[in-house]
Amino acid sequence: MLDFGILNRGVAKCLSLFAKLLPIFISVIENPSFKKCKFTKPLAGIYELELSAVRHRPEGLEQLEAQTRFSRKELQILYRGFKNECPSGVVNEETFKDIYSQFFPQGDASTYAHFLFNAFDTDHNGSVSFEDFVMGLSILLRGTVQEKLNWAFNLYDINKDGYITKEEMLDIMKAIYDMMGKCTYPVLKEETPRQHVEVFFQKMDKNKDGVVTIDEFIDCCQNDENIMRSMHLFENVL
Amino acid sequence: MATGVAAWLPFARAAAIGWMPVANCPMPIAPRDNSKRQDELIILNVSGRRFQTWRTTLDRYPDTLLGSSEKDFFYNEETKEYFFDRDPDAFRSILNFYRTGKLHYPRHECISAYDEELTFFGIIPEIIGDCCYEEYKDRKRENLERLQDDQEENKDMKMPNMNFRETMWRAFENPHTSTMALVFYYVTGFFIAISVITNVVETVPCGSTANQKDMPCGERYTVAFFCMDTACVMIFTVEYLMRLFAAPSRYRFMRSVMSIIDVVAILPYYIGLVMTNNEDVSGAFVTLRVFRVFRIFKFSRHSQGLRILGYTLKSCASELGFLLFSLTMAIIIFATVMFYAEKGSSSSKFTSIPASFWYTIVTMTTLGYGDMVPKTIAGKIFGSICSLSGVLVIALPVPVIVSNFSRIYHQNQRADKRRAQKKARLARIRIAKSGSANAFLQSKHNGLLNELLELTGTEEDEHKLTKSISLLESQHHHLLHCLEKTTAHEFVDEQIFEQNCLETALQTFPSGSPSMSDHDSPVGGCCGRRGKKNNPLPNASLLTAHPIPTHQGPLQELSAIHIQSSDPLSHTASRSNLNLKTGDSSKINCKGGRITTAIISLPTPPALTPDGDGLHGPPQRRPPPPPGNPPPPSIQTTTSSAGINIVKVSAL
Repeated sequence: MLDFGILNRGVAKCLSLFAKLLPIFISVIENPSFKKCKFTKPLAGIYELELSAVRHRPEGLEQLEAQTRFSRKELQILYRGFKNECPSGVVNEETFKDIYSQFFPQGDASTYAHFLFNAFDTDHNGSVSFEDFVMGLSILLRGTVQEKLNWAFNLYDINKDGYITKEEMLDIMKAIYDMMGKCTYPVLKEETPRQHVEVFFQKMDKNKDGVVTIDEFIDCCQNDENIMRSMHLFENVL
Repeated sequence: MATGVAAWLPFARAAAIGWMPVANCPMPIAPRDNSKRQDELIILNVSGRRFQTWRTTLDRYPDTLLGSSEKDFFYNEETKEYFFDRDPDAFRSILNFYRTGKLHYPRHECISAYDEELTFFGIIPEIIGDCCYEEYKDRKRENLERLQDDQEENKDMKMPNMNFRETMWRAFENPHTSTMALVFYYVTGFFIAISVITNVVETVPCGSTANQKDMPCGERYTVAFFCMDTACVMIFTVEYLMRLFAAPSRYRFMRSVMSIIDVVAILPYYIGLVMTNNEDVSGAFVTLRVFRVFRIFKFSRHSQGLRILGYTLKSCASELGFLLFSLTMAIIIFATVMFYAEKGSSSSKFTSIPASFWYTIVTMTTLGYGDMVPKTIAGKIFGSICSLSGVLVIALPVPVIVSNFSRIYHQNQRADKRRAQKKARLARIRIAKSGSANAFLQSKHNGLLNELLELTGTEEDEHKLTKSISLLESQHHHLLHCLEKTTAHEFVDEQIFEQNCLETALQTFPSGSPSMSDHDSPVGGCCGRRGKKNNPLPNASLLTAHPIPTHQGPLQELSAIHIQSSDPLSHTASRSNLNLKTGDSSKINCKGGRITTAIISLPTPPALTPDGDGLHGPPQRRPPPPPGNPPPPSIQTTTSSAGINIVKVSAL
């Protein structure tokens, strides 16, 4: 016959063991890394991504018409193209690089696209909305020469401190030369961008202080016939 | 507020009259509807198919494209309708969403296309109704898994600057990347096999020696087996340490399953070394040897099937758990029943309930060893119920596991298939891409031809030559041309580039090939007149199919272009390799290797016999040739030694 004393003691021991083990067990199960074990939910991260997909709606047509120098029709055309490529309404840097690289199949346009992206992304929030896009285009296509030169200066001035240093110019120059790719004639040499930067600085840096300010830049460009003529090159793009 | 019931709002507001008599305070002023717009029919023209709906229908969801002012961007003034260049079939479900408030996912639609449409019209997919949501999510997950596979494969591509550690890690993870990695892979596999076989053979009785009875081989040839074991463990240790060194995240590597298996495989040996002659723990030592069998799990690095199996088991953890749990329940129940049923019979083997567990398990899994059989009638009845239910309990969760395994296995098959197809796909894409680059170079050449023909005024030829190059293409080429001018370098084709590299390396001396005067690039006089700095670069870079060993000189002038033309007879073949659109190329009169002008090396129409003016176009674009150049600009088939006409065009 069973001894109830033993039985009681046994049951008590079991219960105490269970009570001790339970919290450990629960903590193991509830451990988030256990939950996100790769083999059970491989795509856990993707679901969070979806929710944060940005959707952006531009301002009304009238406001954009007022703020830019485009006509209604042109804005419509621009928006359709923009929305076709980026249905969510904003361009992030990756998409921008992709799109831009398609125009330069022989070289690597991603560095230059990065600088371009920063030039368009005026509020520096990591994405280019349609307003940013159309404001930039308005300057580039319909702006005065002064505004265009301003924009170019802004593009070259990577850290936006108002001065173009040789390093910044070298980065930009290398990015431009990267777009040419490898198969060029004559063969691209290592020091070609540097030499180009030297020539640029010789022309632009009037007071030889090693940086180019906006005034030096604009002055110099306005005195250069080639540059002035080329500023009007893309006026009938739309 | 549920926008579907928006139409009932006037009713609810009207019914509020019922509160007025009992209200104590004055009511607030009602909002005015300032936009006294009549509800009008809006026409939505989606790729030609016209949808019509009321404006208020669309206004129900103001945070979507159709419900907001964003649709004004698509308004067509002339036809007074909104035009969208999208898929009309997908648009149906989107418009139905506005009408009914429920978004449905059409099953025949591709998931990414549908997603794109939703994003375009600003509708979040979470709104999809319950009837279609599950299907949508499943398809989306499938698609994402597929894309994930592709991305992982892309990581296989060698990154340019990998240091030694990264190269090693890559070699470990993907044996097919380099020969060394493959060798290493096979060597470790071989040693794992050797180790496992050694462990197995160790226990086989090796025949008796004179004075002792049968002993296992392990005890007979102790030294030999010890040496083999040592060798294997050495290899495994070295491999583990190398992996540890190369791992990008050592902590994560140490926690991974494979590394734990590795450690468990080699640890018993070292522990055995440490406590060799300690009699107390020799029992434990023997147990440790059991762990050596874990070396066989190291094979999972070598076998994808094993990995799939392991993955399946992990992903079916819940089903397996359920199986285990239900089996345990059934075992306990039936063991108890059998014990009490057989308690009465004498010499029964069912001595206790745990002893009956063995019978229950053997019966439920239909093994039936027969070492324990019930003798009483009740025992036999319950025994048969036990075996019948065993079949059921086991058969239920198994299909789930099988289907999981099948899904994962097929996914892997698909991944392999995709990997195989990928190479061909990428090759084709590369050809298309290079085609576009070549298109630019080709258009440059054609541009030159065009210019020349304009100059000489042969109207009909000019018409023939006007390639129907689209506006888009010409603008793209203009863009590339501007880039060329910015950097003062030119795009050339790979062949020419390699030849140029060869030439600069070879440094051969010039031959007697004639050099012609130059012509500026007439293609799109972009960037105005030539700058003082940038030398004008002649643009014609014509290739032939035959990479001709050039006898010509080195690049004496920096901007000299070597135009080679092949044997006149074979030019038709060569032309076809120039990515020319064949329709137009055939119209060019190919008559002999006549070089009449400096630019066009290959067969030019005989009408283009040179005259001094022909070479020099409108004065503002072409500076006159330097006087020092050899006078006769027309060269009739100057067959040089190899039957090759080589024309040097030098820039000013």
